[in-house]
Amino acid sequence: MFPGTWSEKDTYYAVNGVLGQDAEYIWHGDEKLDQYDAIVLPGGFSYGDFLRCGAIARFSPVMEAVRNFANKGGPVIGICNGFQVLCESGLLPGVLMRNDHLEFRCIWTDLKVENPSTMFTSTATAGQILHIPMSHGEGNYQADSATIKQLEDNGQVIFRYADTDGNITPAINPNGSINNIAGIINERGNVMGMMPHPEKASEKLIGGDDGNVIFTSMIENIVTTLA
Amino acid sequence: MTVSQETLDEIALSRDEYEAIIDRLGREPEPLELGLFGALWSEHCGYKHTKALLRTLPASSERLLVAPGAENAGVIDLGDGLSVCFKIESHNHPSAVEPFEGAATGVGGIIRDIFAMGARPIALLNSLRFGQPDDARTRYLMNGVIGGISSYGNCIGIPDVGGEIFFSDSYKGNPLVNAMCVGLIEDGKMASASAKEPGDLLLLVGADTGRDGIHGASGLASRSFEEQAEMRSAVQVGNPFLEKVLIEACIESLDLPGVVGLQDCGAAGITSAAIEMAERSNMGLKLLIDKVPRREQGMTPYEVMLSESQERMLLAVTPGEEGPVFDLFEKWDLDATVIGEFELGENVRIFDKGELVTSTPVITLTDAPEYKFTGVKPQWLTDLQDADLSAIPVPAESPSTLLLKMLAAPNIASRFPIYRQYDYHVQTNTVVEPGGDAAVLRLKGSKRGIAVSTDCNGRICYLDPEIGTAIAVAEACRNLSVTGAEPVALTDGLNFGNPETADVQFQLTESIAGMSRAAEAFGIPIVSGNASMYNQSSGKDIYPTPIIGSLGLLEDVEKHATVAFKTEGDAIVLLGTDSTWDGIDGLAASEYLDLIHGKVEGQPALDLDLEIRTQTVCRDAIASDLIASGHDVSDGGLAIAIAESAIIGGIGASITEAPGERWDAAMFGETQSRILVSLSPENLSKLEDITSALNVPMTLIGSVGGDSLSFGDSISTPLVDADDAWKNGFTLATSD
Repeated sequence: MFPGTWSEKDTYYAVNGVLGQDAEYIWHGDEKLDQYDAIVLPGGFSYGDFLRCGAIARFSPVMEAVRNFANKGGPVIGICNGFQVLCESGLLPGVLMRNDHLEFRCIWTDLKVENPSTMFTSTATAGQILHIPMSHGEGNYQADSATIKQLEDNGQVIFRYADTDGNITPAINPNGSINNIAGIINERGNVMGMMPHPEKASEKLIGGDDGNVIFTSMIENIVTTLA
Repeated sequence: MTVSQETLDEIALSRDEYEAIIDRLGREPEPLELGLFGALWSEHCGYKHTKALLRTLPASSERLLVAPGAENAGVIDLGDGLSVCFKIESHNHPSAVEPFEGAATGVGGIIRDIFAMGARPIALLNSLRFGQPDDARTRYLMNGVIGGISSYGNCIGIPDVGGEIFFSDSYKGNPLVNAMCVGLIEDGKMASASAKEPGDLLLLVGADTGRDGIHGASGLASRSFEEQAEMRSAVQVGNPFLEKVLIEACIESLDLPGVVGLQDCGAAGITSAAIEMAERSNMGLKLLIDKVPRREQGMTPYEVMLSESQERMLLAVTPGEEGPVFDLFEKWDLDATVIGEFELGENVRIFDKGELVTSTPVITLTDAPEYKFTGVKPQWLTDLQDADLSAIPVPAESPSTLLLKMLAAPNIASRFPIYRQYDYHVQTNTVVEPGGDAAVLRLKGSKRGIAVSTDCNGRICYLDPEIGTAIAVAEACRNLSVTGAEPVALTDGLNFGNPETADVQFQLTESIAGMSRAAEAFGIPIVSGNASMYNQSSGKDIYPTPIIGSLGLLEDVEKHATVAFKTEGDAIVLLGTDSTWDGIDGLAASEYLDLIHGKVEGQPALDLDLEIRTQTVCRDAIASDLIASGHDVSDGGLAIAIAESAIIGGIGASITEAPGERWDAAMFGETQSRILVSLSPENLSKLEDITSALNVPMTLIGSVGGDSLSFGDSISTPLVDADDAWKNGFTLATSD
């Protein structure tokens, strides 16, 4: 967590409180991550997001450690601001620009699972719709056309904003992201970033538990790898 | 008599008040001293015109752990080791001058009030009033205020779960921006805004002190103002990132044994915060003003004492135990500086570079004058109340056309275009999202939940401040009861005009009396409050607007109701009345009368006893799993309530009886104490058992189903049209 992170408790609660996994908060000054099986960069406004979202966080000591962790194949999830930090750090391609309508947007979104064969989506089915809220002012995913082509060709686009029937339309696009992209994964398949907040969809009482699909997939894959 | 009128005007003290200061001190005040008096005797800090009235408010409850007034807010026990505190604060005048920063720092200020109690902020609400949205200046103010709330609130990780927005020319040029914050205290870990022993150190933590906000309390908030663009420098600038870090650091610091007190630095800055701490501790205070870290050079002690720079807190720390405190704040990259110590004695002594600048008795500073008055009802009010509502012509348009017009009205249309700009999910406790009558939050680790709401209809309070304020209490509680929550405490945000005038004195007296009467009838305390006076626009006082914040408890948060109709064939029942449609008297103070006929008149009415019984029935029915939806009948009357439940549920409704000749009053009348519920027909007899046991009238008025809203045989409106009007009305009304 960085100063200004605010989704860390929600993420901790989803992973530990709901799914029963051991979890710890990692301070932005920490430099050793070897003892962990997976890293989640939660949402918030790291360092106040002065300058540009995630632009300061990428220089924190912990991000060097996250880079090493990812380079060794360790699973890393970046959610919202965490996604922005991963892009700024070069662990994921592309950028997250200001929403095209220029407003902050807090709404429930329907995400179509485009690639169910990643370690973060393996418990989902292809085309499954996940009902997960988003909450951001800068989630408009953009990249140059070569990068987009590569992401699309390699199945690295894993979530898209869709309607409840799975149609990908401009009308349902909440922030102007190119090709309705809501979440992507790196080429190696171990670093994933997404703008919507799976940790905010962890229980039926608060509107739905579809977000658990992502954490459960990752946990199952880690357990399988370790076994 | 050496002081100039100009100096007195600058700090908003009257000549008589200046004389009173000389009388109490036995000498002329020093210039710095005079600044302290100006701040602490301001309306904002000193409650000169409201203190005597506020003492009459009910302040006791079995659930009360900390009495109102003992600290910054009263604390209410929720059971399971959990307790809450909550409070409303206004930032009206700063927002009129600089809407974005004014609203943002209003949010920041109320959050500090709450975490100063040791509570983790878990919810924000905001209650806003503007002029009519067809005015360019009003739109600028509104967009600035909403942007400021969104920008500050979203950065800080506290969900913004509710509130209201209301438009009337009465608020043109003087918007109301009231923010409410709810904080959760775990395991009784409360903080006190006081020191424990003489010798305790006073630490200032957080932001450096600049020249912003000087005279904010005395200048902006405590006198009449019109077009005071030159007062912009009295508005502070907020930094939500710093505040977020400050929350975490301060809450963590309460676990350190050396930290004995925590206080927020709000209006009137260090002056108010430090001196109130000394008063609460019954001690004197030595302040080393040169130790205060500054962000500007050459600041005088006067400027440092009166700066309202944001994101600062004061800590009282046991001497010798400050080391770990410094370490903790350093971990969070925050400054912490010893700026004084509490001492035996009764004076606040301010030193600058070793030299004693001033020494003043604490009690003299904090004991602001109290103005007592009795209100006389003005004749113009009697005339308005006596208006003959039956003389209002029935509109030429069809009922369906008018229904769509009402649904799209700025005061009725869906607020989704606003609250989708606020994060209402963070902390993952939001069970019922904004858009209903009240938001419902679960409390992790407990079966219980809370519901929160704010309410006040200024138009009703204008036409009868006593009954209008009682209605504000009733409605704020009704908003909770329709979710299933039992009201347990209230907070108030008083927004009034110039308290030096007879009309406003009448409004204040009556309003507080109505609030007392209603809160006592509900048996719940008012745990905190805020008073904003001198709200005027174009020389006219605003509608009296005593905003009521309410908090309710659900024993089992799974058992709650929402506004939406759910199932085809469900029966629609109206609780609290034995007729389907409203009568002509219901038009008094109604939205319909104002919007369609341009009239604000009539005599509002409330049967408080019926109100309380009706709410009890609704809660009992929800707790017994009998009903599928619950909605308060208020702005726009029954037709609007039915339409909202249908639109949100995505399913139509048929009402058996036709609205009749006075269909306008029938559909849009706002008679109080009515709750719209829907339920499976097989639960009807059980609901009747509950209503008859409590002697509450109920009427089966129709059923859920279809794709239109039909009222009797002849009036039918396609649901899709109603949906379009209600969902897009706000955007249409507020854009070019």
